[in-house]
Amino acid sequence: MKVGVLALQGAFREHAEALGALGAEAALVRRPEHLGGLDAIVLPGGESTTIDKLLDTSGLRAPLTGLLRGGLPLLATCAGLIVCAREIVDGRPDQRPLGVIDATVRRNGYGRQRESFEADLEVRALAGGPFRGVFIRAPVVERVGPAVEVLARHEGVPVLGREGPAWFASFHPELAGDLRVHEAFLHEVS
Amino acid sequence: MAEQRATGTARVKRGLAEMLRGGVIMDVVTPEQARIAEDSGAVAVMALERVPADIRRDGGVARMSDPAMIEGIQAAVTIPVMAKCRIGHFAEAQVLQALGVDYVDESEVLTPADEAHHVDKWAFTVPFVCGATGLGEALRRIAEGAAMIRSKGEAGTGNIVEAVRHLRSILGDIERLRVARPEEHYAWAKELRAPVELVQEVAERGELPVPLFCAGGIATPADAALVMQLGAQAVFVGSGIFKSSDPAKRARAIVEATTHHDDPEIVAKVSRGLGEPMRGEEIATLGVKLADRGW
Repeated sequence: MKVGVLALQGAFREHAEALGALGAEAALVRRPEHLGGLDAIVLPGGESTTIDKLLDTSGLRAPLTGLLRGGLPLLATCAGLIVCAREIVDGRPDQRPLGVIDATVRRNGYGRQRESFEADLEVRALAGGPFRGVFIRAPVVERVGPAVEVLARHEGVPVLGREGPAWFASFHPELAGDLRVHEAFLHEVS
Repeated sequence: MAEQRATGTARVKRGLAEMLRGGVIMDVVTPEQARIAEDSGAVAVMALERVPADIRRDGGVARMSDPAMIEGIQAAVTIPVMAKCRIGHFAEAQVLQALGVDYVDESEVLTPADEAHHVDKWAFTVPFVCGATGLGEALRRIAEGAAMIRSKGEAGTGNIVEAVRHLRSILGDIERLRVARPEEHYAWAKELRAPVELVQEVAERGELPVPLFCAGGIATPADAALVMQLGAQAVFVGSGIFKSSDPAKRARAIVEATTHHDDPEIVAKVSRGLGEPMRGEEIATLGVKLADRGW
């Protein structure tokens, strides 16, 4: 199985390592031709405004949006979720989300780095106890559409979910030292 | 219990550095410059009163910036804001943490406040980045709690030669350590003046336990591509952007060159027609070498 990892900026290496450890082939995506032959794609954490601009300069925005609208399985984490959401609150006015996950997210909704935190999450459908959620200047998911299945909440707020083949997390499963979220995603893809 | 928030953990501190990978952190001295940096795709800005080239030119004691100036920059942008404290000046660091800056740079660019001790960075919730010229210095800073290391280079010169020297030194020693025999780790620790546990961890992982970025002398897109290919994970650009003739265009070009550092066609494309780079300095002519500060 070949899984692309958008590698314009951010924590793409950690995702690639997690995928590799689970036996998938991770392919870094920086140019449109890197999108060929993918079975799924990961949009990692990073700085969403930077990734937004690099999607344009790299020529990836249109072909990536097309693939995602066509149902290419997606795992979007933190900034990746902001990039994929339907609507961004507190973003930059020129930030254009791809709109492939029916959710409204508030950028930096948990506060500045001082307020970044980790906490145990009870995740539906993950056996083996709580999952350690690492939230870094994370977005707050303020609304999800009716087609979104919420898989975990923290303090009542959705933090992990999926809309069909599009999975999202507002935290960083790639930093937890725990492969269960990636494993569940890959299981669905295969 | 399950929902309790743990702030300021090593994972949370290093995590922000990991999110900045592949990005460009730009020095800015005004809210307007901060907005230009964000518009150009910076992953973060470093708020300071004078860029290193001006600190070098003006002389005198360089200190933490005025909090009002830092707050003005925080209000102007949505990306992370970093600020510098003097080496060992933990009270300046406390002020920066109280202001809510996202990263503190305990920086040799400012005049050191302590000639023997750096800040005990474990005592803070805010993460710290520190400069290093070699592996020993990097590991000493990590032992004190630094969550990111930047190779120092020579700030304010627009000359990449020192950055290259420091990166090659750090990465070369990591490579040599990786193939050393276990009994040699003790001699390495002695030589590097660093804790043996950290030496063993680097030997096992083949990299630092925290992200390694590059600073000090980056002035062109090709400079950024060079240090990224050498093994830096992101770049700090200080004087190189706002001391050039067209800062916005140069900033955008350096952002693209950092992402596409291994793609010479893209680096060539973005390097065209950028106007004058900062003038730059020959290292041999410098009165003060900032990189010598730090112990």
